[in-house]
Amino acid sequence: MNHTDKNCKTIQMTSREIRDRMSGNEAVAYAIRQIDPDVMPAFPITPSTEIPQMVSTYIANGEIGTEFIPVESEHSAMSAAIGAEAAGARTITATSSAGLALMWEELLLAASNRLPVVLALVNRTLSGPININCDHSDGMGARDTGWIQIYAENNQEAYDNYIQAFPIAEDPRVHLPVMICQDGFITSHAVENISLLEDDAVKRFVGQYEPEEFLLNPGRPVSVGPYAVSDYSMEAKKGQEDAMERAGSVILETAERFCRMSGRKYGFFEEYRMEDAEYVLLLMGSAAGTAKAAVDQLRQQGIRAGVLKLRVFRPFPAAELAEAIRRCGCRALAILDRCESYNGVGGPLGSEVTQALYRAKVYTETVNYIYGLAGRDFTVEHVFGIVDELRDVADGKVLPPDHKYIGLRS
Amino acid sequence: MRDTVEIRWHGRGGQGAKTAALLLADVAFQTGRHVQGFPEYGPERMGAPITAYNRISRGDIRIHSNIYQPDYVAVVDETLLRSVKVTDGLKQGGAVIINTPKSPEEVRPLLNGYTGAVYTVDARAISERTLGRNFPNTPMLAAVTAVTGVMDKESFFREIRASFTHKFARKPEVIEGNMRALEEAYAAVEQAIRKQDTPLRKTA
Repeated sequence: MNHTDKNCKTIQMTSREIRDRMSGNEAVAYAIRQIDPDVMPAFPITPSTEIPQMVSTYIANGEIGTEFIPVESEHSAMSAAIGAEAAGARTITATSSAGLALMWEELLLAASNRLPVVLALVNRTLSGPININCDHSDGMGARDTGWIQIYAENNQEAYDNYIQAFPIAEDPRVHLPVMICQDGFITSHAVENISLLEDDAVKRFVGQYEPEEFLLNPGRPVSVGPYAVSDYSMEAKKGQEDAMERAGSVILETAERFCRMSGRKYGFFEEYRMEDAEYVLLLMGSAAGTAKAAVDQLRQQGIRAGVLKLRVFRPFPAAELAEAIRRCGCRALAILDRCESYNGVGGPLGSEVTQALYRAKVYTETVNYIYGLAGRDFTVEHVFGIVDELRDVADGKVLPPDHKYIGLRS
Repeated sequence: MRDTVEIRWHGRGGQGAKTAALLLADVAFQTGRHVQGFPEYGPERMGAPITAYNRISRGDIRIHSNIYQPDYVAVVDETLLRSVKVTDGLKQGGAVIINTPKSPEEVRPLLNGYTGAVYTVDARAISERTLGRNFPNTPMLAAVTAVTGVMDKESFFREIRASFTHKFARKPEVIEGNMRALEEAYAAVEQAIRKQDTPLRKTA
């Protein structure tokens, strides 16, 4: 199992392991059944539709008491989520692509009103051309909306991340909404082995939701979303940023507690065969699994390659990432974006990772690759090509290309 | 069975190629394997060519890309042979399994010079006989299991019955028909395997 940690395994685990097989969407719906949240407003959109569909079945079968609100658009879904969460209800929703884009205005309101809504994002490209397949342009488009964002490599991580979302979001030091992201179709519709947790263990882990302040509390009236004059608005925004900074340590505490329950260890990112890696690929999502398989093959040929899989994109673990690159002493780093920024210089990870390296005075060669847009496949052969290029860059044979596309038709 | 077997399914939207791939993943999981079963969608409409994939392994599966050099290929709709190069990348020593009333010799000219093993099974006729309708994916699932040997016959029939019992909990009357479809297709392919000169199944 990925991420199984020796130190974790020595601790008495508090949940029995249930071996099963299911798709990423099923895994998230299964976690929702275990958590039994109060309210789910949702509007269907491919490839996330199965999540509200399966949750509706759980509700219809009387397995959970969640109030499902069938709304007429994603804008309404997030509006209803904000209302329910402000009233004091544990609230979730799910969406993809244009659905998330239509929530845009409301995403900012959920975050700035410090409402710990949990959204399952099944990543899909934004139009156009219209296309239903995976890239990260929907999540990256919402990267500055004030939501915590956590990305998954496979169904197991989508499930594990989803369960961890609630203690992170609802922690009084954080009070921010969380987006749990997985790759559309590639993991959402792929049936794979998974290790599930017991219902009771999951319920104990997320606990009862007891907000300190909420609208339906006549004993302690509050107002949510009022106008703020310029004399006070900026402090509210700084307060929100401070919460995002504090979220980092809460994410790590939650991961440690999760490890004691499950035996699976998580952090801001996973370092795979990084100890002595000369060539490193930094990326998010399902492609990290493919990169690991390729790195295993390269290692057999004596090529010291490694993978740095980013899990937590918001808050952005800049100092920790830079330190990981410094520690392994890599000669060249590939930063892979499954998203185009249309800024003429690179993708979001390319910009933020190189900034992190520069500020930490870690001066290694970097190449920013754009891959997998609108479902374009990413293969082990692509990784071999990238590592070949990194070697040439490190050896000074070629200048590092900037902003290079992988798997593009020639 | 080798350590990892990779299978590519070709079908048309609505014929159940994706469902067959997911069912194969399901039964292989029940026999203790690590599995992947996933579809690749083009345009979302009935009749459009679709591809689905299986990886079945003794160890962890990390790769999340499509399969370009499959060990086996299953073709659920023979009309695809004229528009899709179904044997592209098919490994030496593998096999292609095609739903058609024709013989392997009759369809081979449509396989772009492919020289490896070809199995044909009349999944449509079997389905119409046992289920009263054309659900070619069920007989194809049995044919693929028989040819690939990803699990033994007894385990396959035991696990698929359990899977159908769960899947068709609300209409148990269709279970027996589906089981007969599987049995007929499995028997037909077993016979064809016996007729082949070279042993097809590889052991690790």
